[in-house]
Amino acid sequence: MSVQTAPALPFEDRSVLTRVKSAASAWLPVLAALAILILMLVAGQLYFGDFVSPRLISALFDNNPYLIVLAIGMTFVIITGGIDLSVGSVIAFSGLLGAQLFAAGLPAVIVLPLMVLSGTVIGVIIGVMVAVFDIQPFIASLAGMFLARGLAYVTSLKSLPIKDDALNWLLGESWGAGGWYVTPGVVLALVLVAVATWMLHYTRFGRTVYAVGGGEQSARLMGLAVDRTKFLVYVISGTCAGIGGVLFASYTQSGNPLAGLGMELQAIAAVVIGGTILTGGSGYMIGSLVGVLVYGLIQIAITYMSVDSWWTYIVIGIMLLVFVVFQRALSARRGG
Amino acid sequence: MSNDIVAELRDISISFPGVKALDGVDLVLRAGEIHALMGENGAGKSTLIKALTGVYAIDAGTVTVDGAARRFTGTADAQDAGIATVYQEVNLCENLTVGENVMLGREARGPFGISWRATHARAAEALAGLGLRIDPRSLLASHSLAVQQLVAIARATVLDSRVLVLDEPTSSLDRGEVEQLFAVVRRMRERGVAVLFVSHFLDQIYELCDRITVLRNGRLVGEYPTEDLPRHELIAKMLGREVEHLDEIGERAERAALPAAGVPVLRTENLARKGAVEPFDITILPGEIVGFAGLLGSGRTESARLVYGADRADGGTIRLGDRITKVTSPRTALAHRLAFSSEDRRSEGIIADLTVRENLVLAVQAKRGWWRRVPKAQQDAIVERYMTALGVRPADPDALIRNLSGGNQQKVLLGRWLATEPELLILDEPTRGIDVGAKAEIQTVIADLAADGLAVLFISSELEEVVRLSHRIYVLRDRRIIGEIADGADIDVDRIVALIADDRSGEKAA
Amino acid sequence: MTMLRRITRHPLFWPVFALVVLIVVNTISRPSFLSITVKDGGLYGSLIDILRNSSQLMLVSLGMTLVIATRGIDLSVGAVLAVSGAVSLTIIGSSDTPGDLGTVTVAILTGLLVTLVLGIWNGFLVSVVKIQPIIATLLLMFAGRGIAMLITKGQITTITSDPYRYLASGHLLGLPVAFLIAIVVVVLVSLVVRRTALGMLLEAVGINPEASRLAGVQSRGIIWMVYALSGVLAGLAGILYSSNIMAADANNAGLNIELDAILAVVIGGTSLMGGKFSISGTVVGVLVIQTLTTSITFLGVPPAVTPLFKALVVIVICLVQSQKARDMLFSRRRHRTAAPAAVVAEAETEAVAR
Repeated sequence: MSVQTAPALPFEDRSVLTRVKSAASAWLPVLAALAILILMLVAGQLYFGDFVSPRLISALFDNNPYLIVLAIGMTFVIITGGIDLSVGSVIAFSGLLGAQLFAAGLPAVIVLPLMVLSGTVIGVIIGVMVAVFDIQPFIASLAGMFLARGLAYVTSLKSLPIKDDALNWLLGESWGAGGWYVTPGVVLALVLVAVATWMLHYTRFGRTVYAVGGGEQSARLMGLAVDRTKFLVYVISGTCAGIGGVLFASYTQSGNPLAGLGMELQAIAAVVIGGTILTGGSGYMIGSLVGVLVYGLIQIAITYMSVDSWWTYIVIGIMLLVFVVFQRALSARRGG
Repeated sequence: MSNDIVAELRDISISFPGVKALDGVDLVLRAGEIHALMGENGAGKSTLIKALTGVYAIDAGTVTVDGAARRFTGTADAQDAGIATVYQEVNLCENLTVGENVMLGREARGPFGISWRATHARAAEALAGLGLRIDPRSLLASHSLAVQQLVAIARATVLDSRVLVLDEPTSSLDRGEVEQLFAVVRRMRERGVAVLFVSHFLDQIYELCDRITVLRNGRLVGEYPTEDLPRHELIAKMLGREVEHLDEIGERAERAALPAAGVPVLRTENLARKGAVEPFDITILPGEIVGFAGLLGSGRTESARLVYGADRADGGTIRLGDRITKVTSPRTALAHRLAFSSEDRRSEGIIADLTVRENLVLAVQAKRGWWRRVPKAQQDAIVERYMTALGVRPADPDALIRNLSGGNQQKVLLGRWLATEPELLILDEPTRGIDVGAKAEIQTVIADLAADGLAVLFISSELEEVVRLSHRIYVLRDRRIIGEIADGADIDVDRIVALIADDRSGEKAA
Repeated sequence: MTMLRRITRHPLFWPVFALVVLIVVNTISRPSFLSITVKDGGLYGSLIDILRNSSQLMLVSLGMTLVIATRGIDLSVGAVLAVSGAVSLTIIGSSDTPGDLGTVTVAILTGLLVTLVLGIWNGFLVSVVKIQPIIATLLLMFAGRGIAMLITKGQITTITSDPYRYLASGHLLGLPVAFLIAIVVVVLVSLVVRRTALGMLLEAVGINPEASRLAGVQSRGIIWMVYALSGVLAGLAGILYSSNIMAADANNAGLNIELDAILAVVIGGTSLMGGKFSISGTVVGVLVIQTLTTSITFLGVPPAVTPLFKALVVIVICLVQSQKARDMLFSRRRHRTAAPAAVVAEAETEAVAR
C-alpha cells in the first residue's frame, strides 16, 4: 500500500454537534450552577412574592465579599488538584493582627497591607511544603490551618474591636441608586474576580495551573514550571485569605479568634457548586462566583423562611450531593 | 553518504546501585534520518533514552547537540536543547485544547496577555505542516490516543526540535493509525529532523527506519544501515546465544490441533462489546492452547476481558462446559474456574507493597471472602508449590513483590492464577518485558500445564511465540476474528501475517 | 550498629519516640506528672487522664485508619459524633426513667444504629455511586451537623442519668471505663482485621484497586463496610462525649476531631495514599496527640498555643516522612534530574529486572 501520498485526513468529519458538545462539556457545570441560581430566584419570587429586588441582589453580594475572595484563591488551588484548609484560620489571624496593630496606633495604610501579608506568609509556608517537599496538600494546609489559628490565639484570645475609618469605609460606604447598591469591598471582590479570570485564561501561569491539574507529570515533561506554579497558587490563596480577613474584619468591625471557623469548607462548597472538579484540571472563576451567590442565596432564603439556621447546612449538603452526582454522571459518560 | 550529525551520545555509562545499566554506549543521530534503537528488555534502551531526554544524569561520557556539549539538568533543559520526546502514554494535558497543547509554554502573546487567536493559528499552522487537519480549538481528550500522539509531534515542530524521540509510539495503534504516524514521521525526516524510533515491532522498524543501533546487556553491539541488516541477523544480535534455546522450544511445540472430542471448556457465541469488540465465536477444549494472534489494537485483550468478565459484554453468550453462564465480573469468572493474567502487570497485576506470599494467595483468599482466612498450612503449600514450580527468584515469600524483577513478578502472578486451580487460564502478554531466560521458563510451564489438561488462551504480540506454543490460533484484525488456523504443521508467522494483510486488500478492492 | 538501625527503621519508632519525649519533658517540668493515686477504687493522675481523654479520638481514629487504608477519607466523623449524642440524649431526656439501665441501653443502641446508617450512607456514596470520598463525606459533614442541631432543636439538652454518666466518668478495675471501652474496641477490631483476611484485602484494595478487582476481591462490599464501621465508631465516640458533659451540644461536639484523627493516623505511619496501615501506629498517634494536649495544660502553656504545637508536630512529621526532605538532608546522590518520579521509577525497575 502506497504511503507516499498524504494520508487521508480523518479528523475533519467531526460534526458541528460533536464540536459544540466537547466545548460545552467544560462549561456545563458552570451553566448548571447558573441555572440553579436563576431557578432559586424564580422559585423565591413565586413563593414569597416580593423576593427578587435590586436590594436583594445587592445584599447577596454585600453579605459575601470575603467569601468571594476566599473562593478566588481556593479555585486556583483546586484547579491544580490541591486544597487549602487554612483560609478560615487566616481570616481570624489577619483580623486579630489588624485589631492589635490598630490598637497600637498604626495607620490603616500600614495595617491593611500587613493584614493581607499575614495570609501571604501562611500561603508561602504551605506552598513550600507542597511544592518543595512533596507533602500532600491536605496535610500541608492542615498544618497551615493549625498554624494560623494558633497565631490568631497567640495574638489575642478574645475579640478585639476595630475602630478605623478606612476599614469601615470598605463595607460601610455604599454607592448606588434605585435600590441597587454596592460597597467598595464588593467592588474590590469583583475586580479581583476579573483579574483572576484574566490570569487563568490569558497568562502562561494560568495555563500552567490548568496543565498541572490536568496532568502534573505531563506538564513537567512538557517543560512547564510545575513546582513554581504549585507554590504560587498557595501564595495566591493565602493572600486572598488575607484580603478576606480585611473584608471580614470590616464586616464585623472587630478581630475575633473564632472567626472563619468552617469558612474554608464554605469556600470549597462554593467552588464545587460553581463547577470546579475537586480532582483538578477544569473549572472557571466565574463559576466560583456563581457558587458563592448560590450559597448566599440559600442563607437569605433560610432567613426569609424564618427557618432555623441549621437548615442551611442540610440544604448545602443536599445541593453538594446533587452537583457531585451530576459531575460524576458527566465524567462517566465522557470517559469512564 | 551520511547526513550531518545532530546529536551524539558518546561513551555513555550509567550505574544504579548494584547494576551497571549502560557501559560505554554510543548513539549518533543524523539529520533527516530515522534511527531505530533496538534491544531486548534490560539491554539499556530505556536508560539511554532517558539520558538523551534529560531524565537521567550520566555518570560518564558526553552528550553533544549541534556540536555543543550539554549536561542536561532536567527534561525542560533537554527540550530547550532541541530534543523533543513523544512518550508511550503521550503525556499531554487532556483537559486543554489541541492548540494549547501544541503551544503550551510558547503561547502567542498580545497586548493583554495570551492571544488565543494567534496561538491557535500558529498551532493550526504546525499541524498543517505535518499534513494534519485537526481543529486546534477542540479538547484534546475528545481525540483518540493516535491523534494525541500526532499532536505531540506537532508540538515538537513548534519547539524547533532537532531531535524527535518516539518511545514505543505504535503500541496502542491500529494499522491505519500507524500509517498516519509514519507519514507524519517521514515529513519530519524531510524537514531534517533526526528521529529516534524505539519499538519492538520488527516490521515497523524495517518499514520506517534508515539505521538501527542494537544494544545488549548495557553495551553497544553496533550501528547498521537497515538495508544491510537482515532480520534474523538483527534478532541474533539482540539475543546473542539465546536464540538457539528458543528454537528448541519451537521444536517441542510442533503440535497438531487436538481432536474436537469432549465438551469444550469455553464456547462463546456472538460475544461482543460496543466500541471494543465485534461479535465473536471461539471454542477452547480442555488441554488446548489457543492463541490469539493479531497486531496491537486488533481486539485481543478486549475479547479476553469479555470472557473473564473484566468488562461487561453487550451481547452474546458464554458457555462454560456447555452451560450458558453469565460472567459479569472477575469474581464470577473465578468462581467458574476461569483465570486471567492481565497484560499490564504493574497497574493491573501486582499489589506492590504486599509480599510475594500475599500476592500469591490473593485470588484464593478473595474467593473465600474476607472472613475466612486461608489457613496457614494451605498458604504455605501454595507458596512452596508455585515458587518452586515457576522458579521465582529470590525464593523469599516475605519479600515485597515490588522488589522483584519483572520476570519474577510475572511468575508470581502466574502462580496467583494457578493457585485457583482454573479450568481455563487466559494469559495476556505473559512474557512482555521479560528477559529471555524467564520467557523460556514461563513458556515451558504453560506447555506442561496444557499437557496436564489445563485449557489456555494465549495472547501475545510476538507472533513467533504464539505460533510456537499454540495448538490452534484465532487471527484478529480491527476488533474481530478474521480467521482460524488449525492445521498444526502449517502454522507459521508468515501465514498469519498474510492472513491479516490478505483480508485488507480484499476489503480495499470492495 | 545494625541493631540500632533496625530499631530506628521500625515504623513505630518515631511515633513512640515522640511520645516518650513528650512524657520526659512533662516529667522534668513537674515530676508529679508520672504519679498515680488510688481513690475510691479508681486510679487517678495525669497519665490516667491522658488515657481517659484519648478514648473518643481513639475510636474515631480507628475508623479513620481503615478508611484511609482504602484510599478514602471520612470528614463526617465529627458531625456523626454530634448526631449520636443528640439522639441518645433526646431519648433519655424524653423518657420518664432516665436513670433506668434499660432506657440508657435503648438510647445508646439507637444512637449507634443511627450512626451506623449514616456510615452506610457514606459507604453507599463512595462504593456504589463512586463519588470521591473527600466530597462524599464532606456532604455529611455539612448535613450531619444540621441534622444534629435539628434533633436537639438548637438547644443543649442536658440529662441526669447515673448509668450514662458512668461511661465517661466511671472506673472499672481501676481504669477509666471510657478508656477500657476504647481499648476493647481497638483490640476487637485489630483481631478481626488481622485474624481474618480483612486486613490484607483492605490493603490490597488501597494499594491497587483494579488489580484487586481482577483478582476477584469484592472491594465494593469491603469499602462499604469500612465506612459503616467508621460511622459506628464515631457514634460510640459521640456517646462518650455526651456522657462526659452529660449534655448534647450539637454545635461543639466533635468539632475538628476529623482533623485530629487524620493527624493521629499519619503520625502512626499509615500513608494518606492508602494501602498498608497500622492500627498500633494509630494508637500511638492518638496518645501522642492527647499527651500533647495534656502537656500544654500541664506545663502551664496557654491552651491557645495548642494549634501552634499541632502545626509544628504535623510539619515535623511530614518532613520526616517526606522522601524529598530526607534526600536533601542526607544529600543523597540521586541520578534524578528534574524528572517525574514515575518515569524514573519505571527505569529503575527495568534495570533491576536484568
